[in-house]
Amino acid sequence: MKKYTFTEKKDTRSGFGAGLLELGKQNPDVVALCADLTESLKMDAFAKEFPDRFFQVGIAEANMIGMAAGMTIGGKIPFTGTFANFSTGRVYDQIRQSVAYSDKNVKICASHAGLTLGEDGATHQILEDIGLMKMLPGMTVINTCDFNQTKAATMAVAKHHGPVYLRFGRPAVPNFTAPDQVFEIGKAVMLNEGTDVTIIATGHLVWKAIEAGEQLAAQGISAEIINIHTIKPLDEEAILKSVAKTKCVVTAEEHQMHGGLGDAVAQALARHLPAPQEFVAVNDSFGESGTPDELMKKYGLDTVNIVEAVNKVMKRK
Amino acid sequence: MADIAQLKNLSSQVRRDIVRMVHAVNSGHPGGSLGCVEYFVALYNVIMKHDPKNFSMDGKGEDLFFLSNGHISPVFYSVLARNGYFPVEELKSFRKLNTRLQGHPTTHEHLPGVRVASGSLGQGMSVAIGAALAKKLNNDKSTIYSLHGDGELQEGQIWEAAMYASANKVDNYIATVDYNGRQIDGDVDNVLSLGNLKAKFEAFGWHVIEESKGNDLECVIAVLNKAKGETGKGKPVIILLRTEMGAGVDFMMGTHKWHGKAPNDEQLQTALAQLPETLKDY
Repeated sequence: MKKYTFTEKKDTRSGFGAGLLELGKQNPDVVALCADLTESLKMDAFAKEFPDRFFQVGIAEANMIGMAAGMTIGGKIPFTGTFANFSTGRVYDQIRQSVAYSDKNVKICASHAGLTLGEDGATHQILEDIGLMKMLPGMTVINTCDFNQTKAATMAVAKHHGPVYLRFGRPAVPNFTAPDQVFEIGKAVMLNEGTDVTIIATGHLVWKAIEAGEQLAAQGISAEIINIHTIKPLDEEAILKSVAKTKCVVTAEEHQMHGGLGDAVAQALARHLPAPQEFVAVNDSFGESGTPDELMKKYGLDTVNIVEAVNKVMKRK
Repeated sequence: MADIAQLKNLSSQVRRDIVRMVHAVNSGHPGGSLGCVEYFVALYNVIMKHDPKNFSMDGKGEDLFFLSNGHISPVFYSVLARNGYFPVEELKSFRKLNTRLQGHPTTHEHLPGVRVASGSLGQGMSVAIGAALAKKLNNDKSTIYSLHGDGELQEGQIWEAAMYASANKVDNYIATVDYNGRQIDGDVDNVLSLGNLKAKFEAFGWHVIEESKGNDLECVIAVLNKAKGETGKGKPVIILLRTEMGAGVDFMMGTHKWHGKAPNDEQLQTALAQLPETLKDY
């Protein structure tokens, strides 16, 4: 079993900020738009370095999405930035018509996704955004797990033509993936090979899946752990290959059970390889105020919940 | 530039195209389309610098137009076809299965001349502003145009966009309001009054130009030229263009009832009798 370590905890949003700054230096067509959350989205370095290519739109997200769509006409690659809630639910129709249906090369970058936004509470803790975005035809949906992966993803999506939803978050989490990684959209990352169960995790739940894998190993259970950063298009091949071997699966995500990664995996399995599956996800509920750790614990998104789900699913084999 | 007589002939033919298109599929929006014929003919045949034969999405070096009130697609399609963006024959396929001429305009089927989907209202001004900013970044001196329904101005996104455009001096942009005073449920004043629209846009920092004769081709050309003269002065420009819904077909005027209703066979003949065939019918 591969052992993962990290030297520091960092927030994924800072990975986005670092990637965007790098992109600004590399590609003069990259522009950025932000709806009054420049510092929260870590877009301030880009804004300072490239003031002519940074557009402060104020608290007007619908206009921001429409403007981004318009800027692609003329060859720009716009990155929009606001919280995940305001990046999706608030502007769904604008994304649907002006971006997705119009096939515009807009990168919708969303921070503070999920419960780990913390104390601001449920109004800001969107847990439906992956579902909303993955339903849109042609939309690529990415949810990254740490600083390095978020930076690499930010740079990769600029090279991909088409609308992308890039989801990341607020809390500092273990930064364990390689700084020089090649980010391949739609390609699962095998973290640990195993034989008894497949754990498929995305975003902040990836590190917790690694922790769960260590605890399971101590119990004598060999878990195969897959990091899914791209929920759409889903790397079905990697998932099916793994489940063909382990015969059962646990999915883990900071999102509603309905519409998230678990749904996507279940659909792939139902079509090709029916297998028992347990879901570590929020079960049809809004969040609330609290610290990120408290919330992850209360809503069942912790390491212990993955371990419990594994024990449960293995009995269903 | 074609002379006025030729442009008036084109306008009559565009009106024929509109009523024939919606009649053929018994659906679509003739009222607003008829009311905007002069605006489209003036824009595409006189005002804009554009290249119908070599359509490219980016339109570098060209003036660009965005239709925000996408339901008036019949007039848009007719004028695009009559300008050579695609074969006039293709107007036959309007709203039919597998067509590029969808009920509301879209880029999805790659119809030359369309640069963004519209239909869900209120989004086109934001898109036009984005395109205008891209022009500035590219040092492209061309102008961006957009058209909006007056009822459409009830959408909040319009005012987000209006606020942005003036605050950021988007002055290579001319919006126009199809100010016909009617929407699906009746008169705009009764559904949700726009109040003093001129004062509203002025308060939002725009240069506002009013034109009361939106179905007089010479007046429309003149007001668009006047608007062009106001670009580059630090303010976005908007024309409040008074039009008549259903203009050119007597029984479709003076009411909101032909907003989204097709004429029957008899009504089509009545309408066509009022609109001389000047170019060839498709």
